[in-house]
Amino acid sequence: MDTTLSVDSTEHGHGPAKGLGRWFFTTNHKDIGTLYLWFSLLMFLTGGCMALMIRAELFQPGLQLVQPEFFNQMTTMHGLIMVFGAVMPAFVGLANWMIPIMVGAPDMALPRMNNWSFWILPFAFSLMLSTLFMEGGGPNFGWTFYAPLSTTYAPPSVTFFIFAVHMMGFSSIMGAINIIATILNMRAPGMTMMKLPLFVWTWLITAFLLIAVMPVLAGVVTMMLMDIHFGTSFFNAAGGGDPVLFQHVFWFFGHPEVYIMILPAFGIVSEIIPTFARKKLFGYASMVYATSSIALLSFLVWAHHMFTVGLPLAGELFFMYATMLIAVPTGVKVFNWVATMFHGSMTFETPMLFALAFVVLFTIGGFSGLMLAIAPADFQYHDTYFVVAHFHYVLVPGAIFSIMAGAYYWLPKWTGHMLNERLGKAHFWLSFIGVNVTFFPMHFLGLAGMPRRIPDYALQFADFNAVASVGAFIFGLSQLLFVYNIISCIRGGERATDQVWEGSHGLEWTLPSPAPYHTFTQPPVIK
Amino acid sequence: MDALGRKNRRLVLQLVLGGILMFGFGFALVPLYDVFCRITGLNGKITNTGPIAAEEADTSRDIRVQFIGINNEAMPWEFRPTLNTVSVNPGEMRQMAYFARNPTSARMVAQAIPSVTPAEAAQYLHKVSCFCFDQQALDADEDMEMPLLFVIDKKLPADIHTITLSYTLFDITPRLSTGQIIKDDTQRSTL
Repeated sequence: MDTTLSVDSTEHGHGPAKGLGRWFFTTNHKDIGTLYLWFSLLMFLTGGCMALMIRAELFQPGLQLVQPEFFNQMTTMHGLIMVFGAVMPAFVGLANWMIPIMVGAPDMALPRMNNWSFWILPFAFSLMLSTLFMEGGGPNFGWTFYAPLSTTYAPPSVTFFIFAVHMMGFSSIMGAINIIATILNMRAPGMTMMKLPLFVWTWLITAFLLIAVMPVLAGVVTMMLMDIHFGTSFFNAAGGGDPVLFQHVFWFFGHPEVYIMILPAFGIVSEIIPTFARKKLFGYASMVYATSSIALLSFLVWAHHMFTVGLPLAGELFFMYATMLIAVPTGVKVFNWVATMFHGSMTFETPMLFALAFVVLFTIGGFSGLMLAIAPADFQYHDTYFVVAHFHYVLVPGAIFSIMAGAYYWLPKWTGHMLNERLGKAHFWLSFIGVNVTFFPMHFLGLAGMPRRIPDYALQFADFNAVASVGAFIFGLSQLLFVYNIISCIRGGERATDQVWEGSHGLEWTLPSPAPYHTFTQPPVIK
Repeated sequence: MDALGRKNRRLVLQLVLGGILMFGFGFALVPLYDVFCRITGLNGKITNTGPIAAEEADTSRDIRVQFIGINNEAMPWEFRPTLNTVSVNPGEMRQMAYFARNPTSARMVAQAIPSVTPAEAAQYLHKVSCFCFDQQALDADEDMEMPLLFVIDKKLPADIHTITLSYTLFDITPRLSTGQIIKDDTQRSTL
């Protein structure tokens, strides 16, 4: 504490540049983190509007608002934007903001590259969103873009989609390289690997996953591009290719991608729960090992997404058991969080509420995942709303709630103001209720046989769909509270102390609030 | 700071190299997938072809063999099996035929690609001769019956009672004009 204070007194007014140029040319990790977070929020609202369009159409059976072609574009774009535009940039934004100040580094290891990795994204997403206005419409083949839907039968705009994915891939890989270099090379003296905050650890592992699989995604879209324009036949049976090969290559990327979207969430929750339980995290080392084993296992389970393509029995069994094995390290994590809270002096501020909801609801999503992992049962669940319910439970109250928890948790450190607790709690409860009302009935719809990605459905599914749509609007509209809360917290409010939360520990809480533009220009002393 | 710069550069180079390798690995999955399918006999592709020594049929078992003929999307020919289903004993050699007619006004060349369901039956289906071994040419408005001679191996697992043999017919006329005729048998069966 003393060391950092004396360091801060040597700061002499290297503030941010003035005007818009600050944001275009910045190499400051805090500025870039902020850009990532705003971009992610914008994309979250965009993808959310698409989700609301989907739910509005599904409120009643029959076609009311949109045509099936447009509906397909909405489901596709909603998925792509939420995965690549909302969740991933939000985590990268949090990493940019927090990792340097958590490990005691003055900035990211490669600040110039950091600027590039962010500024690619607005171009990538403008390109992708512009396809909606092109002749033939935007991508309509689902976010998994299975060939031949995305090759032989794709709208002409698919080429723009492919280049957008290439750009996102470059951005993610550069971001990941930067994060690894920062964590491995920029730690303050004395900050050993096993002293790293868990958010940093989970991000280190996530960054390695990104470098391992984003190139495979780039490869698979490149193969699509070649099939479409250069006469190759990677996925075209007429030329000796195989559409099932697409699914194998895609899910070799896709399954680790799922963990890319959840491991940093584990890290955030592992920061928040100890703070508000006022206890050290239970089982730090086991958390690190559990995260690593989840990451390694993620490379061995991809075919559980394709149990119904006609895998041999041995394959079905291998992927079934390997998938179930992942429940073990995940269980270790959940038990560790519960054990951290056990006998703690818990208080329930907004970040803690989101973190607790994360633990409970993510576990529900994990259990429906286990059900899907059972190969013989999966033949019934495959491509039904049960799958939709499952992955929304792990991604919305999983990834998204953890991002909101993290945003509320670190907001006072970023802005220097405490947030409005009453508004924060209102946002939490509306979101919590909205999420469950939206996604829980989808389990029943799926078990009853309602297929996913359809604009119309049989009459017997009407009631649960109506309920889900009402929930979706509650959840969607309550996010306006989140936006309002952030803006009002930036503009003013009760001054935050350096430590912000009574039980918080870690280097970031030794800095003044708001965190100065340059921090740890002299490395802190780690006790 | 210079030492740190060097350390960073080394690490970045390693990570970029890792990324490039994984990009290559994505493409390497394509041949790996083919090799894997060939070794394990998955994917319903038939590898047992050519003459076979006559065997005594196992009359205690009856296997239903179903035939399907499908045209690839760009293929205008009429194409169907002369019989939809036959019942054979394992070890018994059986002949059947597919009918094909070229309704267009131009000479066309076709290639049939077989596929077997269930996939694990593929390795027990032995084709002594098959029209799919060769390219089939038909003049305008010509038709023909294309023969198929096959034996089901007596080692066929007991739980398989029905085998479906499907042929997809591809128009290879444009490809032939570029002079690419596949002569190698092993290549053809996995085409």
